Amino acid sequence: MNNRIEEKFKELKMMNKKALITFITAGDPDLETSYQLVLEMFEQGADLVEIGIPFSDPVAEGPTIEKASMRALASGTTTDSIFELVTKLRTKTEKPLLLMLYINLVYKYGAEEFITKCQTTGVDGLIIPDLPYEEIQEVKAYAEAKNIYLINLIAPTTNEERLAKIVEGSKGFIYCVSSLGVTGVRSEITTDLENFYARIRKNTNLPLALGFGLSTKEQLKSIKGNWEAFIVGSKIVEVVAAYGKDSVEEVGKLVKNLKELE
Amino acid sequence: MKSKFGEYGGQYVPETLMEALIEIEQAYLKYKDDSDFISELKELYEEVANRPSRLYFAKRMTEELGGGKIYLKREDLNHTGSHKINNVLGQMLLAKKMGKTKIICETGAGQHGVATATIAAMFKMDCHVFMGKEDVERQGLNVFRMELLGAKVTAVDSGTGTLKDAVNEALRQWTRECDTTYYLMGSVVGPHPFPTIVRDFQKVIGEEVRWQLQEKEGKTPDVIIACVGGGSNGIGIFYDFIENKEVELIGAEAAGQGVDTNYHAATITKGSNGIFHGMKSKFLQDSYGKIMPVYSMSAGLDYPGIGPEHAYLAESGRAKYLPVTDAEAVEAFEYLSKTEGIIPAIESAHAIFLAMKIAPELDNDKVIVVNLSGRGDKDVYQVARYMGVDINEQ
Repeated sequence: MNNRIEEKFKELKMMNKKALITFITAGDPDLETSYQLVLEMFEQGADLVEIGIPFSDPVAEGPTIEKASMRALASGTTTDSIFELVTKLRTKTEKPLLLMLYINLVYKYGAEEFITKCQTTGVDGLIIPDLPYEEIQEVKAYAEAKNIYLINLIAPTTNEERLAKIVEGSKGFIYCVSSLGVTGVRSEITTDLENFYARIRKNTNLPLALGFGLSTKEQLKSIKGNWEAFIVGSKIVEVVAAYGKDSVEEVGKLVKNLKELE
Repeated sequence: MKSKFGEYGGQYVPETLMEALIEIEQAYLKYKDDSDFISELKELYEEVANRPSRLYFAKRMTEELGGGKIYLKREDLNHTGSHKINNVLGQMLLAKKMGKTKIICETGAGQHGVATATIAAMFKMDCHVFMGKEDVERQGLNVFRMELLGAKVTAVDSGTGTLKDAVNEALRQWTRECDTTYYLMGSVVGPHPFPTIVRDFQKVIGEEVRWQLQEKEGKTPDVIIACVGGGSNGIGIFYDFIENKEVELIGAEAAGQGVDTNYHAATITKGSNGIFHGMKSKFLQDSYGKIMPVYSMSAGLDYPGIGPEHAYLAESGRAKYLPVTDAEAVEAFEYLSKTEGIIPAIESAHAIFLAMKIAPELDNDKVIVVNLSGRGDKDVYQVARYMGVDINEQ
């Protein structure tokens, strides 16, 4: 069984290119805009897109994405309406789509049912920031059965023993958290990223994607370490917050600019 | 250490925090049976908290209500006015042993924040308290107290501006500085090892009840009642009696304006299994798992979840949890004030109300112990407002 995430990284590797992964919160300001935003981001060079499912209490997020979640919930966005969004997107694109969401949304939906829905609608992977390795059994077996990739996270604080265990069962790519703290644009990243990359690379051959705090082309260019992918979230959500329903073109410009990296 | 109670508990936190939780667990395992640590904590309990707290026979209440004898476990007489200090002393000592210099915490009514600020001052630790904006308004006196004690108080205006949001913000702050800062969790909630550590530092309440009642009545209690928000005073008094199956354990949940309205915080009565704030437990949530806004006039019980060990005790049938409304709590608040001359915290008044209901149904030789978890000084303005009495607050 092929998975679009794996295929995409193979393709990029052959071309010796880095992946750009972009994020939006679904339903901010409404699902129609989200639909257009995803297609436009792909059009302008995003290789993979993360669709955030809004949650009432997003504890891993900074104010930018937290506020986006509140706007999305206020517009009536639900897990089921996001599955409809994915279905609709799949009539237009075959590029990799991931859902980013909190574990309670999966648990309450029923993990098996949720994963089945991911498969039937065309979701390729899940990022669950409050599901560390120790609790992964909540979804792991269901995800493996349906070939949905569960993207694991590594933080600068992750110790060597756990790092080895986490990467061992990982698929697709590893989400590497650039610095302590929650999501959000940062003017400076103080982690020794070259060392961070090397530390993870020693343990796995999977692509390593760096996220948290990334926002400009200049910053991406200056980042040390041979990261296979960069994840940009809050910066895009800031543009959506500023332009609302008219944000498609502006987000497209931003993504195009970020993609000019190579 | 076991991270779950049956299916409840666990460690559902961002990866960044895992190392900090492991560090706390390892430190706790190192010190919990260490004789120096135990004797230092015992001294702090006695000299600072004023332990053991009294087990007080509520003679007038017992006579008026008829039926079972009512005893009050006087946690309200502890330094800083509630049971919260027991846990704070334990965790602050642990944090000091770990070499931490900065403490962050959440607070609902402000009792945990005040206790933490007090002991942080004693231990010369930096202290940063997160408190919901709504609670800052309801409990202005406690905010001023914390500031007097040298703590920094941040009013959290995200979400509903209550305890849940204070926990969210404290967790976010901890993610930023978990390499240097100790998160001093105030209740038996959150990711493992907090529910176990907080319970262990609160279980002294039940242990004292056992020998105190033995001295006074020559028996174990027949019924133990405590209010539960997160549930630390409840677990504190229940824990030593869990294996004594004949002792009935009852938690009083905040039913706000009633469990059939949208304005309550009765997690066991109306909640369902979920995963939030790092733990699997019972939560008030919608069908998609969105956490619902909750309501209680008591800021300390105004929380959409409950500690995982309580969820387990409820599920297994070992303890039962009954809803008590604002109106019933205020009735008990007034009753205890007039009958025994004790003004209880509005949280504790929820437990007092259940004792008033249950005592008349029991025989004279039965004993009810109520955990009087805090004193009510902080609540008089709010109760006056509730009763429509103008006491010229400003």
